[in-house]
Amino acid sequence: MSKNSIISKISGPLVIADKIRGCEMYELVKVGEEGLMGETIRLDGDLAYIQVYEDTTGLKPGEPVIRTGAPLSATLGPGIITNFYDGIQRPLDEIRKRAGDYITRGVEVPALDETVQWEFTPTAEEGKTLEGGDVLGTVPESKVITHKIMVPPGMSGKLIKINGGKKTILDTIAVIETDTGTEELTMVQKWPVRIGRPYAKKLDAEVPLLTGQRIYDTFFPMAKGGAGAIPGGFGTGKTVSQHQLAKWSDAQVVVYVGCGERGNEMTEVLDTFPELDDPTTGEKLMERSVLIANTSNMPVAAREASIYTGITLAEYYRDMGYDVSMMADSTSRWAEALREVSGRLEEMPGEEGYPAYLATRLADFYERTGRVDVLGSRDEQGSVSAVGAVSPPGGDLSEPVSQNTLRVVSVFWALDSTLADRRHFPAINWLRSYTLYQDTLTPWFEKNAPPGFMDQRNKMMMILQKESELQEIVQLVGADALPERERVLLDIARMIREDFLQQNAYHEIDSYCSLEKQYYMANAILKFYEKADEALDAGIGIAKIETVPVKDEIARMKYVPGDEFRAQHEAILKHMDEQFAKLEA
Amino acid sequence: MASADITTREYTAVTEVAGPLIVVEGVEGVAYGEVVNINIPSGETRMGQVLEARAGVAVVQVFEGTRGIDTDLTKVRFTGDIMRIGVSKEMVGRFFDGLGRPIDGAPPIIPEKKLDINGAAINPTSRAFPNEFIQTGISTIDGMNTLVRGQKLPIFSGSGLPHNDLAAQIARQAKVLGSEEPFSVIFAAMGITHEDAAFFMHDFERTGALERIVAFMNLADDPAIERIITPRMALTTAEYLAYECDMHILVILTDMTNYCEALREISAAREEVPGRRGYPGYMYTDLSTIYERAGRIRGRKGSITQIPVLSMPDDDITHPIPDLTGYITEGQFVQSRALHRKGIYPPVDVLPSLSRLMDEGIGPERTREDHAGVANQLYAAYAEGRDMRDLVAVVGEEALTERDRKYLEFADRYEREFVTQSADEDRTIFQTLDLGWELLATLPEGELKRIDEHIIKKYHPKYRS
Repeated sequence: MSKNSIISKISGPLVIADKIRGCEMYELVKVGEEGLMGETIRLDGDLAYIQVYEDTTGLKPGEPVIRTGAPLSATLGPGIITNFYDGIQRPLDEIRKRAGDYITRGVEVPALDETVQWEFTPTAEEGKTLEGGDVLGTVPESKVITHKIMVPPGMSGKLIKINGGKKTILDTIAVIETDTGTEELTMVQKWPVRIGRPYAKKLDAEVPLLTGQRIYDTFFPMAKGGAGAIPGGFGTGKTVSQHQLAKWSDAQVVVYVGCGERGNEMTEVLDTFPELDDPTTGEKLMERSVLIANTSNMPVAAREASIYTGITLAEYYRDMGYDVSMMADSTSRWAEALREVSGRLEEMPGEEGYPAYLATRLADFYERTGRVDVLGSRDEQGSVSAVGAVSPPGGDLSEPVSQNTLRVVSVFWALDSTLADRRHFPAINWLRSYTLYQDTLTPWFEKNAPPGFMDQRNKMMMILQKESELQEIVQLVGADALPERERVLLDIARMIREDFLQQNAYHEIDSYCSLEKQYYMANAILKFYEKADEALDAGIGIAKIETVPVKDEIARMKYVPGDEFRAQHEAILKHMDEQFAKLEA
Repeated sequence: MASADITTREYTAVTEVAGPLIVVEGVEGVAYGEVVNINIPSGETRMGQVLEARAGVAVVQVFEGTRGIDTDLTKVRFTGDIMRIGVSKEMVGRFFDGLGRPIDGAPPIIPEKKLDINGAAINPTSRAFPNEFIQTGISTIDGMNTLVRGQKLPIFSGSGLPHNDLAAQIARQAKVLGSEEPFSVIFAAMGITHEDAAFFMHDFERTGALERIVAFMNLADDPAIERIITPRMALTTAEYLAYECDMHILVILTDMTNYCEALREISAAREEVPGRRGYPGYMYTDLSTIYERAGRIRGRKGSITQIPVLSMPDDDITHPIPDLTGYITEGQFVQSRALHRKGIYPPVDVLPSLSRLMDEGIGPERTREDHAGVANQLYAAYAEGRDMRDLVAVVGEEALTERDRKYLEFADRYEREFVTQSADEDRTIFQTLDLGWELLATLPEGELKRIDEHIIKKYHPKYRS
């Protein structure tokens, strides 16, 4: 139990400390004269192996190592929303104010602003007995998020005092008499990021997470509280897909984690989110978002931590009763961080150099998603949905990160580089993707979507599947050799692909498509199919059917604004009737 | 050399030499990343850096090779400092070796600052999003995969393909519309041949670019491990010139494949657990500390645009080097051997090529309002045409429909007229877009689904004349 722990070896992000017996696994330590943050990841007698969250260049053996006695924890309280953190919850804006344009070492900044005066409105009554998760009061955190201040999990007792009014996060707002003595509570609680926050009960995934993206909502819906993966090689649009989900999914809180990705991409999020209107609240998207960025060139150990920091923040808002969606771009970079640290520990490698515990870690992470009855005596539900981008080397999904991810997620949106090459975006392959929530979500769609929504979906899926079979024949004999009925089907399939599945993320209107609009767009295409089939029965040749001008109107339907598409749909059906009638005449 | 400096310490206890590494024992207070000077018995001095610091032991990588180092007389001097480069505005127009020492015979630089060559990550909140269109005069780039100031966009090539010509043409013709200010070029050569290096130098000389250039040359016969340092020297200089001297810098790094080979060599010598194909597991992180140094910073005038060149081993884009690069850079230009064989220059295959920042740099006020639509439509049409080619190979042209034949013809004309241009041809973006329209006009108007109707009415040749 010597107090003079010292560095004995430095190798990249890994530092070995000597004379540190008694230190706990995953304890936060301060390394070197500059007090760099690190975390113990292996203990061996008097030695502790530490992954350091900052650049270790210039550290020397013999410099001190100081224990903090606590694990790496997130600071939870008002001020998280609209903030922009690095992987270990340091606000990047504050780092910039103190250290300038570059991220330098040893900058210590509090996760939450300690000077802001929040308006705390108590909702709990003095004298009542409270348990962990019960709400003490509320704080308006942003224009759209009301932050509920809760009793930390594991604590219970009689509320003997509660103070409303303007408070900083350091002020005491409540006093609780517990079995072991009185506890003064502030608006802040700490939670170790590697441990999931408790809840009362996990619920089934029966409500979809609507995204405003046609291929997801109509074909492969995600559930609130679900876990999904978007694997794809570079250039297939992982990041744009993640941005679209963060922008338009109907969660109330969005946690966006840029894990080991490009700096400019995070800057883009930072530039666009405060500008974009949120279709559900009418306010700016940033008012319900929190961003975490640990770009590829920032320290690799902090990258490993960023995913845990993100999901802990997500769970905290879930506990308030919100639906939270978390985007992690990219989990492969997180796995590589694991691999890098594991390599430095000289652990026996598993597949492709990844540590043998990769599968467990991935499963642990995705299992923290879910829709739950929240802790405490209130009857409220919250959810954490997570979508992880996966960047398989060479686009080859047989690699360990993709495979281990697919074993634990229920939605698989497969990005396809041949689609991306021809600028079919989102480049989601409709034949390889799947969702396991189809059955549990069907009752919701039957109740809330326009009638026939599911039928239309199944019909379109069948057409697309049939198309892929026919394509094989076309490759051999040419389209001309097919019977006319099948050539019409190919034409319809092309309409589904180009006019329905393709969605332009950069188009003002097309970027977001409501469920209702999705229904009417699909409806117009399928109506056209019926008409074309009827026309064939009437002996009209395919050459004529292919040139019906209403097809252009259907193609442009995606650009019709939200308040006009019903009328446009009517008009299209009318034109269709007229034009097909003319053909028969 | 004065060893009176208290931070420098000298040791003779080299206990092990293995590949590019030496192990020194009995040392004290050695810092991770510290620079060392090694005096070998022949009197030569070499440079190295601490890769691993343990109590009493330091593992040092030697940049100029370990030949001639012994375990008896070799002296290792620890400088007490990390790797730095002295930078100054005077460097413009000068030539240096891979470790930043002048090789042009002119006197050494008097540094204004000595900067850590590893740099530091730019805080994402300090970055300014790149959105200024760079006109390179090359249609496949400007029209289809637009480059913007502050972007990192590599050329993926193969041995024997004209990537040098393309890189030189970009360096020569790149300009920001409405600004006559040319880019200053920082050229970092890693393991390229004398011939390749001479090609660039002649080209820079011919166009008078030589006085705007800073070159760091590590050629094929220079020490391989030095290549780990070369790009960092170049980028540190770039950062100084861009962010402190307000210059717009274009950095050409060639060939990144050689850099990665050097990285693998060190990793193997350290007996590290290898990742794919023997490359170290941290190669992604390592490459990112190079590529991510491109960009712009809010409130500063200069910018760093990067054009790394890499040759894909066996033209394989899934090889770890292009693969990891593609995951970090903001797109890629891919050169195609098939196009090159057809005699097409530049042989840029637009289908796998991409510029992620294109959407920010184009459109009204930046290029022209029809740019996005035209590019998108050209992509789709060319992809369709290429499919038709495959089909024709199987079923013959007779089996095609009229529509299919149009696409087939489109793909041929696209390659001959749009892609093909001479190494000196500098097309404006408007010429490129008009050329695009000319080709699109050969397709039925109803096929132009990717372009807004009012744009078609305004720019389609049919309505323009």
